[in-house]
Amino acid sequence: MTETINTDVVIVGAGPVGLFAVFELGLLDIRCHLVDILSKPGGQCSELYPEKPIYDIPGFPLVTGQGLVDNLMEQCKPFHPVFHHGEMVERLETIGTAEHPGFRVTTDGGQTIECKAVLIAAGGGSFQPKKPPIPGVDAYEGHSVFYAVRKMEAFAGTRVLIVGGGDSALDWTLNLQPIAERVTLLHRRDAFRAAPHSVNSMRELVASGSMDLLLGQVTALEGADGHLEAAVVKHDDGTSTRVVCNRMLPFFGLTMKLGPIAGWGLNLHENLVPVDTEKFETSTPGIFAIGDINTYPGKLKLILSGFHEGALAAQKIHRYVYPDKRLTFQYTTSSTNLQKKLGVA
Amino acid sequence: MAQISFIDSSGQTRTVGGEDGATVMETAIRNGIPEIEAECGGACACATCHVYVDPAWAEKVGKPQPMEEDMLDFAWEVQPNSRLSCQIKVTPDLDGLIVRTPARQG
Repeated sequence: MTETINTDVVIVGAGPVGLFAVFELGLLDIRCHLVDILSKPGGQCSELYPEKPIYDIPGFPLVTGQGLVDNLMEQCKPFHPVFHHGEMVERLETIGTAEHPGFRVTTDGGQTIECKAVLIAAGGGSFQPKKPPIPGVDAYEGHSVFYAVRKMEAFAGTRVLIVGGGDSALDWTLNLQPIAERVTLLHRRDAFRAAPHSVNSMRELVASGSMDLLLGQVTALEGADGHLEAAVVKHDDGTSTRVVCNRMLPFFGLTMKLGPIAGWGLNLHENLVPVDTEKFETSTPGIFAIGDINTYPGKLKLILSGFHEGALAAQKIHRYVYPDKRLTFQYTTSSTNLQKKLGVA
Repeated sequence: MAQISFIDSSGQTRTVGGEDGATVMETAIRNGIPEIEAECGGACACATCHVYVDPAWAEKVGKPQPMEEDMLDFAWEVQPNSRLSCQIKVTPDLDGLIVRTPARQG
């Protein structure tokens, strides 16, 4: 059990909007911890479209998804945010009162953080592995079907069917091939998105008879009590192959699911969190929602809207964190106080 | 305005007008067509606007570019006539286009 962390605000989601909220809160002397299921900051910008240009960020006629994230990281650096990556906020408990809210946040990694306000900036929800549309696949999950490799040893001596054509599929094919009894890689076409050197290594293993490569899609699984025995693979020409295997690793990318947020006792509207447009506070005092995850009349799912929402939410959060301090509005251009915080004065 | 028909996985057909230059995905979203999610908003980054182009239209619509083909790896039950509707631009030539939507987008 790790020690409980105490901070001012927990931000759920380290996408562009969560990162800019660190900046706005930081200017008001509010410390933040961010929790994000992905292994790096940036949310959809880094995960879905790192190389794609964005044209509607004020002041940037063109910036790539990753470029924007890099700049936001630079911008929030003076405030020393603490990132908890690869973790998802599982539980959110109220430990204060409506006037003096307090929250206990628990991640699926067992980390507990106590804070005075929670800022949900979770975008489309948390990224989770896409599941293949194979009838009955659920029954095998956790026993024979896995969406990630936690311990390689668990695959020693097994017959593994790896499905996909990206880096995850190819990397695990090459890593597991030496220890598994047999590895079969299945992809729907004979072209791979993965790094060319991985693809070449895989092709060499296939040529030497050390592993198998099949083209097609899984249509059915055979087995009992969660123990996989074989997978039926359908090829483009309509024929099928039965692949004997006791492990399957499908790598179909990630999808966004609302996840545990649904269980936090907030009012929800079609999987979005309704907020007011003055403070961007939810139905629970002290819990705020900004960016794509919230909804209000006229809501636009734009990054710039999320930035604005973070700035306004920060004003109200200040009252929870410093109930006895009056907040004076200041500009970064003229306030030496703010410039000191930014490390430029 | 090209008329585009979307046939959903239960067989129901919805025909709507698509503006020239808009994508088939945008046309679907503007008209509330079910079974098109378009999670990424048309950046060819998610494969949740997957459609099957009616075989009679396959040639006119054309084949996916390599980037789209890569993205199709993430779609479900990909067939030779699979396309991502955010990568199909509506033109007068496509008046009468028929696409089918899959039961799920991920």
